[in-house]
Amino acid sequence: MPFIPHTPADVADMLATIGAKNIEQLFEEIPAELKQTKLEGVPGRMSEQQITRLMLERAMLDGLPLCFVGAGAYEHHIPAAVWEVTTRGEFYSAYTPYQAEASQGTLQLLYEIQTMMASLTGMDVSNASLYDGASAAAEAVLMAVRANRKSTSKRVLIPRSVHPAYRKTIQAIVANQGIVIEEIGFDIGSGQLTLNLLPENPGDFAALLIAQPNFLGVLEEVDGLTNWAHQHGALVVAVVNPMSLAILTPPGEWGDKGADIVCGEGQPLGIPLSSGGPYFGFCCCKTEFVRQMPGRIVGRTVDLDGKPGFTLTLQAREQHIRRSKATSNICTNQGLLVTAATIYMAIVGDRGLEQTALESHANTRRLASKLAAVGVKVKFESPYFHELTVTLSKPAKQVLERLAQEHIVGGYALASDYPELGNALLVCATETKTDADLDRYCAALAQALS
Amino acid sequence: MSKTLANLKYTKTHEWLEIHNDGTASVGISDHAQDLLGDLVYVEAPEAGRKLTAGNACAVVESVKAASDVYAPVTGVVVAINAALSDSPELINKDPYGEGWIFKIKLANAADANALLDAKAYAEFCAAESH
Amino acid sequence: MLIFEESQPGRVNAAQMSPQNVEAASIPAHLRRKKRTLLPQVSELQAVRHYTRLSQKNFSIDTHFYPLGSCTMKYNPRACNKLAMLPQFLARHPYAPESMGQGFLACMFELQEMLKDVTGMKGVSLTPMAGAQGEFAGVAMIRAYHVARGDVARTEMLVPTAAHGTNPATAVMCGYTVREIPTDSEGDVDLDALRAAVGPQTAGIMLTNPSTLGVFERRIREISAIVHSAGGMLYYDGANLNAILGKARPGDMGFDVIHMNLHKTFSTPHGGGGPGAGPVGVSERLLPYLPIPLVANENGVYRLLNEQDRPQSIGRLSTFMGNAGILLRAYIYARMLGREGMIRVGEFATLNANYLMALLAKGGFELAFPHRRATHEFIITLRSQAKELGVNTMDFAKRLLDYGYHAPTTYFPLLVPECLLIEPTETEPKEVLDAFAATLIAILAEARTQPEKVKGAPHSLPVRRLDDVRAARQLDLVWVPAEPHAAQPTHGK
Repeated sequence: MPFIPHTPADVADMLATIGAKNIEQLFEEIPAELKQTKLEGVPGRMSEQQITRLMLERAMLDGLPLCFVGAGAYEHHIPAAVWEVTTRGEFYSAYTPYQAEASQGTLQLLYEIQTMMASLTGMDVSNASLYDGASAAAEAVLMAVRANRKSTSKRVLIPRSVHPAYRKTIQAIVANQGIVIEEIGFDIGSGQLTLNLLPENPGDFAALLIAQPNFLGVLEEVDGLTNWAHQHGALVVAVVNPMSLAILTPPGEWGDKGADIVCGEGQPLGIPLSSGGPYFGFCCCKTEFVRQMPGRIVGRTVDLDGKPGFTLTLQAREQHIRRSKATSNICTNQGLLVTAATIYMAIVGDRGLEQTALESHANTRRLASKLAAVGVKVKFESPYFHELTVTLSKPAKQVLERLAQEHIVGGYALASDYPELGNALLVCATETKTDADLDRYCAALAQALS
Repeated sequence: MSKTLANLKYTKTHEWLEIHNDGTASVGISDHAQDLLGDLVYVEAPEAGRKLTAGNACAVVESVKAASDVYAPVTGVVVAINAALSDSPELINKDPYGEGWIFKIKLANAADANALLDAKAYAEFCAAESH
Repeated sequence: MLIFEESQPGRVNAAQMSPQNVEAASIPAHLRRKKRTLLPQVSELQAVRHYTRLSQKNFSIDTHFYPLGSCTMKYNPRACNKLAMLPQFLARHPYAPESMGQGFLACMFELQEMLKDVTGMKGVSLTPMAGAQGEFAGVAMIRAYHVARGDVARTEMLVPTAAHGTNPATAVMCGYTVREIPTDSEGDVDLDALRAAVGPQTAGIMLTNPSTLGVFERRIREISAIVHSAGGMLYYDGANLNAILGKARPGDMGFDVIHMNLHKTFSTPHGGGGPGAGPVGVSERLLPYLPIPLVANENGVYRLLNEQDRPQSIGRLSTFMGNAGILLRAYIYARMLGREGMIRVGEFATLNANYLMALLAKGGFELAFPHRRATHEFIITLRSQAKELGVNTMDFAKRLLDYGYHAPTTYFPLLVPECLLIEPTETEPKEVLDAFAATLIAILAEARTQPEKVKGAPHSLPVRRLDDVRAARQLDLVWVPAEPHAAQPTHGK
């Protein structure tokens, strides 16, 4: 049988040692009427050669279209070495580093990515990852409510311009804990969360979420928003694209005191799009809140001989010790993905990340001017990173279907989440797009709109 | 055998209470409790001014292997916290009944302390619990 | 050495940078980064060598026997990884139209159907990203079901004392209070205590079967009857599904909702602590509440079902559709095993565990439940060694590392003192089990003759035992450069 190495002689020897007649006898404690071995819904087995053929056929069916959609997951070049090293068996098939002495590789790597993420976000500390961006945002909301000692409120303000899937995920995860999410709008002219939209007397609330860039691609005036929240005794939870932080102000420097908790989607850092996962979420914070942080955290210490080494720390917060009083029920992190992200950041380095961010920005600017040339206008005049909302003369869904026929994934139709924006489309051009790609996209879009 | 002090009152959740003449009392965890927890690495004390209700969780003591709630032995208001513990949580291991005190409380009702265990009853309780 | 300490200012990896000059950004200055990041400035070779060497400091399934109880560290077939990483699968954007994802979605739909069959449930959602998130989804569905019926007095979740810590943590995340149910001396749930605990306040019970004690819960149908007659639901924690895969199904035992750990039972990589994948399966009553998206097959065309299709769903648990690439690996594994292979998983996992248990019992180790069959795992207790020789479970675990074996799970479950929870899995050959048993028996002899050697272990790894207390007291969670990092402007302006 696949992956079961036993010979008939092995089985006979083992049963003799156990003192059982047959394998069935080992299941004698399961009531007979509960046993079933039909599995009619599972097809017969395939050899590796057969499954290879099947998967190739299925992959070919999906093709390799030209991709102009972002909306929370971004196509970037991934150096070949990243996944070559990441999928070494010693990383791929290891488990959570509970036996620190036998896991120094994974532990040191996690310490390194904690350092990298803290530096990118301008925070003091980082955890070793959460599941993905949306669930990290939900954990950050819970964390902010726990951490805010000045407020007894469970109200959290979340702008409508935060990723709709994040808002839905936050709702699903925090709903049963008495946390009240209040939505605030955005300025229809600028796409920004402007100060005049914030309540004058907000009352007691635990936190304000600020997305930079927001889902519409627009950069927020984060300093004023951060100061406003702090003036009212609330914490600031920043939701950011880590790639953008190579060129944008890190949340730790927003306003006078900086954001308090920073989370987001780590996918742009060397993780393939892969239909939405596996990615990794990250969570960083100021030192004073570290004991409220969910997820694994690695610390540097010394061994019995005084030699430096790494170990999981602050474990008393976690479910396997704290049980019903844990900060979260999370057990795993996204170890394999943060392995890739760490290697990615080491390989591209400080300059490479900056250049990738700048090229993505420049390509998106070029896209904007090429779109203008075919009569498609950018909706907001606010600054942006590498994503834009444009207004179409036809329903975006219909246009996207036409583009799909040209093997182009043309963007994200905003109408169902933001009906107030009309026929709006969210588009993104990263460093992976050439001038020829941009021209092909604009021509296909013009055709679809004609 | 862990130590108990005759001048202290104890709870079944392993806190101790030392009544002072001014109507306040110091609160900490017993020698038995610190021994079970092992090396303490962090103490989260209630902030001064907070109102506590007897029996409710009001602080957390954390070791490498466990995090444990500290329950208010009596009802009252927190009047002081032991700031030294934030840098040196090990004071609780070294001197649980002295330098390892966690907070001081102003008792709402001085008679409340009478309901707590004396040292002898507490020692018997611990002995029974470990069997 | 840390990667940052290998960094040289000004060293760039030109191969990863475009040869063209990049224009300056048109972003207002107050929104721009002013200080450089701490990201390394190393060559590609330095980075590759650094992380290859780090990998060599790890134990892993590919390099070591890894009998970590409750974690099912079986072989992760290379084909699953290679085929899930075909370029088309990797490049597919989650918001690409379904017409450009029929190959991927076909795999997802078929996986859903296979998981339904092997668990005996009526519907499956693949989206939870780990076991703990599957648990969350499961308990949230129980809550949604009671609330939809107006049955809001059910505020209590029952959890056996032997349960994983995630169970009580999850129940609290879903707004329940936890009531613990004791376990009897043979490892079964105490039925009298259960009868006394259930009532109109009972939302449900969370059970693992086989339990975390490594034994099958024999009176599962009675438990089901007691909880159901009180109006509660049964939640199955799939942590130990490998023990019964192909032999028995949670759906037939009376469970209303289950999560599976695909990184255990379906052999997706543990990856140094993730990603996991925790699909949930439900009985008829809970179908409307499954988390979205689900995959539907509409006359041979696959489509994702969303909020509009599933208005009663507990909602979304991830931005897109969970750990899709991991689900692909599980699909490939399931197809390679097929029906005939899947039926054998539980059998051979159980054979290996019972064999290893017999060897260790004969070698002088005390079993936690000597009158019970092992399931896919079993517990030995070293309480007498700890007492008589002063050598405890942690010492045995660390000494095993010296001999090239990853340690079993230590000090879990909490109910058994000084315990090792040992799970060999079905993919290990008899020779490995023989050698492992011989090693543990040899360590037992060492514990008598040279206890200090065992207590000081490991001796042959990159580091000796680490100071956990210092790690927690003097938090050092990020590297800080010796000299304050120069605040160079991002651009030379």
